[in-house]
Amino acid sequence: MATAKEIRRRIRTVKNIQKITNAMKMVAAARLKKVQAKAEAARPYAQEMSELMARLAVSAVDVSHPLLEQREEKSAAFVVIGAERGLAGSYNVNVMQHALREIDKRSPENVKLVLVGKKAVSFFKRRQYQIVAAVESRRLDVSFSDVERLTTRVRSMFEEKEVDAVYLIYARFVTPMKQLPTTLQLLPMRQPTPELAVEGYFEFEPEAAKLLAALLPKYLSTQVYQALVEAQASEQGARMTAMSAATNNASEMIETLTLAYNKARQAAITKELTEIVTSSEALK
Amino acid sequence: MRERTFRLEILTPERVVFSSDQVVSLIAPGVEGYFGVMANRAPIVSQLDIGVLQYRTPGGHWEYIALGGGFLEATGNKVTILAETAELSREIDVQRAQEARERALQRLASGGPDVDIERAQAALRRAMARLHAVQQSNSFS
Repeated sequence: MATAKEIRRRIRTVKNIQKITNAMKMVAAARLKKVQAKAEAARPYAQEMSELMARLAVSAVDVSHPLLEQREEKSAAFVVIGAERGLAGSYNVNVMQHALREIDKRSPENVKLVLVGKKAVSFFKRRQYQIVAAVESRRLDVSFSDVERLTTRVRSMFEEKEVDAVYLIYARFVTPMKQLPTTLQLLPMRQPTPELAVEGYFEFEPEAAKLLAALLPKYLSTQVYQALVEAQASEQGARMTAMSAATNNASEMIETLTLAYNKARQAAITKELTEIVTSSEALK
Repeated sequence: MRERTFRLEILTPERVVFSSDQVVSLIAPGVEGYFGVMANRAPIVSQLDIGVLQYRTPGGHWEYIALGGGFLEATGNKVTILAETAELSREIDVQRAQEARERALQRLASGGPDVDIERAQAALRRAMARLHAVQQSNSFS
C-alpha cells in the first residue's frame, strides 16, 4: 500500500490537472459563444442568397453553367474540415472516420483531398491519399476572403475536369455536446429549385442567366463559409464537453485519493501507537 | 408632404452592415451603370459593381457606403443588398485605403509576369471606392 506521502503527492498532481482542464473548459465556452455569434451574423446573407437563387431559377429557364455540369463521377475531391487543436475528445476522430468511410467507397487514386485544420492534415499525412491542398488556420476569425481562395481552388479543379465532383465533410453543430459528421455535395451544384420563389415579375439586370452565373460562385463560397463556422463551433463545443468531463473525473479521483490518504494516515498512527505501547510493555 | 420611405438592408457574408426603414432613395453602382431606387420600385434583381452606394434619409441627408460588388434585390418595399464587402463612410480607414491604392498602383506599374492584373485592378478600384465614399461624405455634410 502506498504511503501517505505518496498519496498526498498524487492528490496534488490531480488537483493541478484539474485546474488546467477547468481553465480550458472556460476558454472553450467563451470561444464557442464567439463563434456562435459569428454564425448568427452570417445567417441573413446565406438565407437571402438562397432566396435569390430560387428566384432566378424561375426566370432563367435554360440554366447551363460549368458549375452545374453533371458528369460521370470518375474522380472526386473531398474538402475535409477537421480540428485545429487537440484535446477535444473524439471530435476529430469522428470526423475523420466519417471522411474515411466516404473516401473508401472509391479507389484511392481517384480521390483528391483538400484538408482544413492541423489535425486533419496530420491524420491523412500518413495515409496513401493525394493531398492537393492543406489549410491550417490557427485563428478563429476566418474571413470570407480566406474561404474564397479555397473555393476558387476547388472550382478550377472541377472546371478543368481534374475531378468530376467535390464533397465537403464537416461536423454539423447540433448542441455543444453533439456534433454530426456530415457530407455535403459542393460540385456539381444542385439545380436551384424554383419552389421557394415568390410570384411576381422581376426585372433583371443583366439578364437572369448572367446573374445566375455571377451568383453561383458566391453561393458556393457562402456554403463553405457556413460549414467552416459551424465546424469551428462544433470543435469548441466538443472541447468544452471533453474538458468538463475531465474536470469532473478529476474531482472524483481527488475524493477517492483523499479517502485512501486518510486511511493510510490513520493506519500509520495506529501502527506507531502499537509500537510505542509494546516497547514500553517490554521494558517493564 | 411626408416623404415615402422604404427598408434598406445591406448584408455581407460576415455580418449585417446596415439596416433601416428610413430610406427615401438610393443610388447604386450597377454593372451596367449607376441607377436610382425609390420607394415602391418595381421588383428588380441587379448585379452591382465595385463602387459607392449612397442613400438619402427623410431629412435630406446623404450617406455613403463603399461596396465591393454584389447583388441588389428590390421586392415589395424592401431593398436588400448582398455585398461582398461594405463599409459605411465613417468606418473607413482612410490611411489604409490610401496605402492599398498605392500598393495596387505599384503592382500595376511594375507589370511583372507574376502580377495578377485583374486582382490588382480590383484592389485599386476597391481602394478608390473607399476613398470616394469618404470624400463625398465629407464634402456634402
